Amino acid sequence: MHFIKLRKIWYAISIAVILPGLISLMLQGLNLGIDFTGGNLLEVRFAEPVPVEKVRQVVAAQGLEISRGIQKSGTTDYIIRTRHLTQDESDKLIAALSELGKNTVLRNESVGPTIGRELTTKAILALLIASVLMVIYITLRFEFKQGIAAIIALLHDTLVVTGIFSLFRIEVDSAFVAALLTIIGYSINDTIVIFDRIRENMLTRKKGESLEDVVNASLWQTLTRSINTVLTVVFVLVALYFLGGSTIRNFVLAMLIGVVSGAYSSICNASPLWVDFKLMEKRAKVKEARA
Amino acid sequence: MKWNKIFILAGIVVIVALATVAAVSPVFKNNPYLGKYLPLVKDITLGLDLQGGVHVVLEAKDTPEVKVTPDTMKQLMAVIQRRVDQFGVAEPVIQQQGRDRLIVEIAGRIDPEEAVRTMVKTAYLEFKTMDGKTVVTGADLKDAIESKDPTSGQIKVDLTFNAAGAKKFAEATAANVGKPIAIILDGQVLQTPVVQEPIPNGKAQITGYQSLEEAHNIAILLRSGALPVKVEVAEKRGIGPALGADSLEKSKHAGLVGVLAILIFMVMYYRLPGLVADFALLIYALIVLAIYVGLHVTMTLPGIAAFLLSLGIAVDANVIIFERLKEELRTGKSLRSAIDAGFKRAFTAIFDANATTLIAAVVLYFFGTGPIRGFAITLGIGIVASMFTAITVTRWLLHLVAASGLVRNAKAYGA
Repeated sequence: MHFIKLRKIWYAISIAVILPGLISLMLQGLNLGIDFTGGNLLEVRFAEPVPVEKVRQVVAAQGLEISRGIQKSGTTDYIIRTRHLTQDESDKLIAALSELGKNTVLRNESVGPTIGRELTTKAILALLIASVLMVIYITLRFEFKQGIAAIIALLHDTLVVTGIFSLFRIEVDSAFVAALLTIIGYSINDTIVIFDRIRENMLTRKKGESLEDVVNASLWQTLTRSINTVLTVVFVLVALYFLGGSTIRNFVLAMLIGVVSGAYSSICNASPLWVDFKLMEKRAKVKEARA
Repeated sequence: MKWNKIFILAGIVVIVALATVAAVSPVFKNNPYLGKYLPLVKDITLGLDLQGGVHVVLEAKDTPEVKVTPDTMKQLMAVIQRRVDQFGVAEPVIQQQGRDRLIVEIAGRIDPEEAVRTMVKTAYLEFKTMDGKTVVTGADLKDAIESKDPTSGQIKVDLTFNAAGAKKFAEATAANVGKPIAIILDGQVLQTPVVQEPIPNGKAQITGYQSLEEAHNIAILLRSGALPVKVEVAEKRGIGPALGADSLEKSKHAGLVGVLAILIFMVMYYRLPGLVADFALLIYALIVLAIYVGLHVTMTLPGIAAFLLSLGIAVDANVIIFERLKEELRTGKSLRSAIDAGFKRAFTAIFDANATTLIAAVVLYFFGTGPIRGFAITLGIGIVASMFTAITVTRWLLHLVAASGLVRNAKAYGA
């Protein structure tokens, strides 16, 4: 299989995966958690099962609008999302819930609207700064075109993850930002190992050997490593997803999608894109020479 | 066979095995000296999400009466500090953020709701006479202690006023014999006892509580004084102890399964070098744990994820090296020179790849808060430590194994 010659197919696959998510992002955006929108999240565990309607009634009786619904997790656990509550309101809600039966508060999180805004701007800023710094590093150690190709691959991975989260309405919280940044770190890590091999092979390139062939050979040489590395990380993430606590499940899911996408984009997007950039440069030079 | 090399190898295996056991399991718990420092893992601070607790951001608000100034913030911090100290938990975090915010973190087996309630309660105490004159306030108070009368079962809070307060109280009671004096807490009349005789020693008593716990909380508030400004809870994350313990147990289990999967995979795929890598990974994990303890890193759920991810990065470094090693062996190099060449060629790839990931970790650290920051620290430590172990420990071990002559067949190295 010649990775570079088949590059149009890889691009098509990437676009096919990204497009639905991108449309969903534009039409309905992300299902933002209270970290970004502000609000209150109360998770309670009842000693005995309690019907959803009862819980809904109690919350409504408090004059609280149920913004994102009441979510039942497990047989006796409930997650109740409301607007940002003051301590008094939160106390009253908990007291009212106690009338439904003995319960324990598993967690009670409340984020004010200003804090939510700050988190969002900080997150976007962090993403931008990290990307710029990484392009600078790659330009210094490799070349600018490879930096751009790597960043496009990153953009691909973040779009795949956020697109899937938007499409399936999975809640996004501040841990999601951490997941995205880790994916970025991982994806670029993966891309760089391949670029390192290309850099080395370009030095020992034989006369008449085409750029496509050099890159293809480099990809094959690093393929086992790419697969094995993804596998080991996936082992850990799958274990965390199925056996870890419920609070990090979405975080792990984001990483899982991102890591797999990162491995794909390093092989099928970053390197072919760099080849295309190089070929464009060559063609431009030829044109210039003719003119 | 070189017996001295084999001897060194065996020694390292024994030492690392012992260190691993000592780091994670309480084998020396009865030894007064070793039990204090071992196991290593017990000294790692657990985050709120793992042991339960509460993270609160308090925001001071301007009111027509009091404006938020650096001075009132200092007073607020002192009052909150006193109130939090009453919970008796180890190392609560109280710090100012920006101009008008206070971050309070209390970890441990507390009721998060109760804690926040106590923290922001105003507790403004007044004694008022019939004609509406305030006699003494909470500011005149020296001490407040709750107790339960053993015979009558009545719950009360005993108040002791300071010198100035005692004087004011003595004068007021002398002037109001036979008349009631109202005790008002947060604007609510708690009780209206009738003054029987002048009280010169500055002692008073409040009764009318439902439980000793209620009286205890009131006593805390009275002792620590009123809040100097209006305070609102801007952000609150309370994790009950039940969920915390649940998360910790599950994450430990998940981590163990994930790590075992990596170790088995490495041996199955890379054979002898895989075994060496597994061993290096154990050393890696020990180094990272020691750094966590040394730097007092707080372990959170995302932190555990970062630790496991950095383990993945550490494995990656080994994978890169072994793939190179295989290639070098295939070109017909001797084992020793193949090891050297493999490491040398793998180094630039490992270095550049980790440097970029490190950039992401550093950016996360500077822009993140709370658990994300913890995540960034654990990831950063993991990356640096993994580079160190891959390049020094794995190389050294592989050389030792090769030099020992235990396994000479290149096939065992994956060629």
